[in-house]
Amino acid sequence: MSRIQTKNVSSGRVSDLSRDLIQTGQAEALPPWPGLQAQVQLPSDNWGVAAENAVRSGLRWAAVWGDHRPPAIQIFALLFGCDGHLLLQTHVSDQQPELPSQTPAYPAANRPERHLSDMLGLRWRGHPDARRWTRHQAWPADVWPLRREFDCQTLPPGPTPGDCDYPFVPVAGAGVYEIPVGPVHAGIIEPGHFRFQALGEEILRLEEHLGYVHRGVEKIAVGRDAAGLLRLAARVSGDSSIAHSWAAAQALERALAVEVPRRALHWRAILAERERIANHLGDIGAICNDVGFAFAQVQLSRQRELWQRRNFAAFGHRLLMDTLVPGGVAREPDAELIAALRRDGDALRTEVADLLPLLLEYPSLQDRLRDTGILRPDQARRYGVVGYVGRASNLQDDLRRDAPYAPYENLTIEVPAYAEGDVAKRVRVRGEEILVSLTLIDQLLERLPQGPLATPCNTRGRAVEGLGLVEGWRGETLAYVRLDATGRVERYFPRDPSWLSWPALEILLDGVIVPDFPVCNKSVNASYAGQDL
Amino acid sequence: MLRIFQRIRRTGHLTEPLPPTEREFAQLGVACQREIARRFQRSLAIRMVDAGSCNGCELEMHAVNNSYYDIERFGLHFVASPRHADLLLVTGVVSRHMEEALRRTWVATPAPKLVVAMGDCAACGGEFGVSYASCGPVSAVIPVDAVIPGCPPSPLQLLNGLLQLLQRR
Repeated sequence: MSRIQTKNVSSGRVSDLSRDLIQTGQAEALPPWPGLQAQVQLPSDNWGVAAENAVRSGLRWAAVWGDHRPPAIQIFALLFGCDGHLLLQTHVSDQQPELPSQTPAYPAANRPERHLSDMLGLRWRGHPDARRWTRHQAWPADVWPLRREFDCQTLPPGPTPGDCDYPFVPVAGAGVYEIPVGPVHAGIIEPGHFRFQALGEEILRLEEHLGYVHRGVEKIAVGRDAAGLLRLAARVSGDSSIAHSWAAAQALERALAVEVPRRALHWRAILAERERIANHLGDIGAICNDVGFAFAQVQLSRQRELWQRRNFAAFGHRLLMDTLVPGGVAREPDAELIAALRRDGDALRTEVADLLPLLLEYPSLQDRLRDTGILRPDQARRYGVVGYVGRASNLQDDLRRDAPYAPYENLTIEVPAYAEGDVAKRVRVRGEEILVSLTLIDQLLERLPQGPLATPCNTRGRAVEGLGLVEGWRGETLAYVRLDATGRVERYFPRDPSWLSWPALEILLDGVIVPDFPVCNKSVNASYAGQDL
Repeated sequence: MLRIFQRIRRTGHLTEPLPPTEREFAQLGVACQREIARRFQRSLAIRMVDAGSCNGCELEMHAVNNSYYDIERFGLHFVASPRHADLLLVTGVVSRHMEEALRRTWVATPAPKLVVAMGDCAACGGEFGVSYASCGPVSAVIPVDAVIPGCPPSPLQLLNGLLQLLQRR
């Protein structure tokens, strides 16, 4: 089946749901924060019912996070529909932090809710899985690092033991065996544990156990100033430094009502598209290499290297870290380098346009990628998968097109999408996204507005909060930021798209053979650091 | 198939000599090859361990394998298991959840068990430091032979750091 041309986003409308919730007395309207379509406050008892209504309306569940404001814990959940985002909020007492789970309606909420149990001590009624998620053995079950009274410098009394007794779901039966993999893997890759249950070569079930690179990002953000927050955001997941720092910057700027100069916005988008291209180049090569097709790896890692060298020359960092500052960007290339950026774009377009058909039509490569690791469109929708993983299964949601933020509102964004949901289509989507991004960079450079590179971000003398939402290369990337009256961070929550794609990996491995796991995993390429925080 | 061969022929040989401006560096490469030939039977095996990195260091580690840097020309190569390794290349502020895994990896590595801490986090704690969640630099958990600072170190800095360590020993 060929590329899907019709626009197909999460089908329901969030404004309909929020109106229904308000009219039936289940929720109260709140003035929405900038960037949101609607925002409502619910009594905590309605938390689960609201999710059931949302799933019936066809909305996509995007995130849940909490914020301890003694004596209450404020809880937020974000939904997405074809008209934008809806923020649900509620609160519970920190003495009795119990509320209905949204997991029965939205399986994507499973791990984020368990993360909140581990970090804030929330208890979810009706949650199907009582196991811990982020917590291993570094702190006890009755201590919650994101509680206000918890000191970030609380050190364990001795070395932290390994998390050897995590209760994986057992599978029994004649001939069924388990393969434990990780946390230290065989390749140059981040750490995590995979527990395979297999029958012969076929994977019956994969269960992920993550959290190994939990660095306490949310806690160590507390007390930082705006610039310090962006330095941290750039390192939530090193391959998504622009996605996370842009989301955090946008949240800050919306909270402080700072208008970012148009010129800086163009540079931010150029940086974001450059990040997308670099990652797609590297990963397409790596996916092909995982089935032994080294030719693609050599050709594409070459292109990636040239791209990163230009990043360094033009923006001062090969992975573009610390190029964003609160209110704008840190620097811009001079006219000569801008001309070089455009020449690079043309050269890469020629290369990719030449290479892609070669890869996509090469029979012995496609033989391995086609029909491997299928995520059906209904599964993608049920799990709310975003980015290229979603698009290869025709869940197209792309914030640049479907909830546009500056400067994308003035650009036409083409979103490649397919329905097959296999490794081959995830590769194809990413290849085509490179070409789309090259066109965008061209247009952004062509129409580069005059003006300053940053606006000063002054604190407002009172506590403020805001939400940033950008389309990173992995998909919808979110940041919630709350600042105190002096401009210090009180709460930072970055939601990497990997929270949504990790569960999808478990599903798409159904019936796949063990030796195809690496290529399936790479085709999803979820971030460990971005989800472990 | 023909198109692939044509493409390979057209791409040609890309590996770059070490920067000629840094003569010392270029000499280092030669000296190391000699050292690796003498002490490690021409091949030094590296096992990487991400002990709490943001994945930035790993991207640059991949880059030293691309055609331009081609780390294998010096006899250095990455292996899948610590049991096959001469050197552990450790990244990240060591998260408490990786502390035991790092220690066990170190125990599993045969002598000479060289340890290199790559990147600011591994070298000194970087942006994350010591907290309830992380132990700080790699040296807080296992003995370290050399550090390569940078956030992340560039491929040339990584190569340079490894070569310097080998020459020093």
